[in-house]
Amino acid sequence: MKNNVTVKWALAPRIVALSALVPPAVILVALVIVWQLAVTVGEVQPAILPSPLRILQQGWGARAAIWENTLPTLQETFLGFAVSLTVAWTLAILIDFSPWLRRALMPLLVASQTIPIIAIAPLMVIWFGFGMFPKIIVIALVTFFPVTVGLIDGFNRTDRDAINLLRSMGANRWKQFVYVRLPSALPSFFTALRIGIAYAVTGAIFAEYVGAERGLGIYMAMMKNSFRTDLVLAAVAVTAVVSVCLFLLTYAAERAIVPWHSKERRSRHG
Amino acid sequence: MVEATAPKIELRGIRKSFQLGRGQVRPVLDDIAFSAQPGEFVAVIGPSGCGKSTMFNIMAGLETASSGEILVDGVVVTGQREHFAYMPQKDLLFPWRSILENTSLGLEVAGQSKKTARARAASLFAAFGLSGFEHAHPFELSGGMRQRAALLRTVVQDRDVLLLDEPFGALDSITRTDMQSWLQGVWSQNAWTAVLITHDIREAIYLADRVVVLSARPASVRLDLTIDLPRPRELSMTTSAEFAGYERTLLAALHEETPTHRGA
Repeated sequence: MKNNVTVKWALAPRIVALSALVPPAVILVALVIVWQLAVTVGEVQPAILPSPLRILQQGWGARAAIWENTLPTLQETFLGFAVSLTVAWTLAILIDFSPWLRRALMPLLVASQTIPIIAIAPLMVIWFGFGMFPKIIVIALVTFFPVTVGLIDGFNRTDRDAINLLRSMGANRWKQFVYVRLPSALPSFFTALRIGIAYAVTGAIFAEYVGAERGLGIYMAMMKNSFRTDLVLAAVAVTAVVSVCLFLLTYAAERAIVPWHSKERRSRHG
Repeated sequence: MVEATAPKIELRGIRKSFQLGRGQVRPVLDDIAFSAQPGEFVAVIGPSGCGKSTMFNIMAGLETASSGEILVDGVVVTGQREHFAYMPQKDLLFPWRSILENTSLGLEVAGQSKKTARARAASLFAAFGLSGFEHAHPFELSGGMRQRAALLRTVVQDRDVLLLDEPFGALDSITRTDMQSWLQGVWSQNAWTAVLITHDIREAIYLADRVVVLSARPASVRLDLTIDLPRPRELSMTTSAEFAGYERTLLAALHEETPTHRGA
């Protein structure tokens, strides 16, 4: 009996987390039902707006093609995001160590975000072809900025007194960075990571849409051109599921890398 | 040149002023001078904002004085960091480190191997009432325990002088009294030379051999009072007539010049 109680307690946070999914699920299901009813009752042409049921049926029928196009999109997303993270960490650390580089680079970083990707992406295809390389550039370009800014901000959020404590212990700038600034920045890094990953998938889809050999983006473009609205929307649904999964993955990574953060937060609220 | 009877630490004519721009200068410290003998516990009290923390930062080598010198064992060490172990107001225990890792931080930063540093810190856990909490994380500890861990992190560095900046300021009064009597106990078993900043006159008298009273900004030494109470100190002493006498003297010294400086 006593064991049961312990198990229940251990499960409690997980049950709470699951119960948080109920309200959005209710709204989602309600919307889908309204959509299904509207299409059926209004006898809307499937090429204009297919019913959710049709999307599901046709999407399932085309699952082999959709899966084949999901893999390259995922691959691009991971590679592009890896490049983005490398660039973001390098820039953020350089900027953290050098006030001169901060003054030199910050305006350029902000300017890089004013580049209209919608105009640049087709040019990338002209310059670099239909392969993976231009996709990686587009993904890196749209995601490195939030991560870089999140990291710089995180480094600066370090408690000044903690820096002074380290200085009193005789720590040089590098040791101050390793012992305090870096760990202090990790929580805001993970916040930035979530923003970045949300942009990464849409970035990949967009880069493919303007020209690719394979991928969900080009699949959507081709299905649109053959008036298969149902399959376009099936691919959109897959994209959404992939994005949510990647988003949840960042929480798992955060728990593994910064276990103290969530523990501390829980103890403060509990 | 080492003087035979050199104090452990001595401050000579420490002045500090901040440039406000457009030629304006704000003096913060005006000729601060006091000393502490080896093993002596000196408390510094003064009105809030009088520059006590600036003085500590100068002693710890974190800020530079406009003029004056700091001597340890009769040798000028102004601006050197390796003589002072600094305990700031906040405990500043890092949430990403266990208590053992937090307390050994100073030794690790100084270049000792993790293993040596941790073994050295672990040997003090019993004396600091932290046994069994080596692998706990800071958020699992009470305020008093966190403060003891922060003090352990300070003393384990084996520096010449401990600088304690209002270590008990954030604790509730019951925990604070416990901590004071505990600190008094561990201090009397060790030969630490310590300088304590506090707002609490009773804490200063209870813990210190001498109390230095600073004036409002720009701070200078108003009074240097020897507390001649026997050691070990008992909590019951805080209600004695002698204790009350010291309290009156210090209160008078603190408030004597406040009216002329108020609002300045």
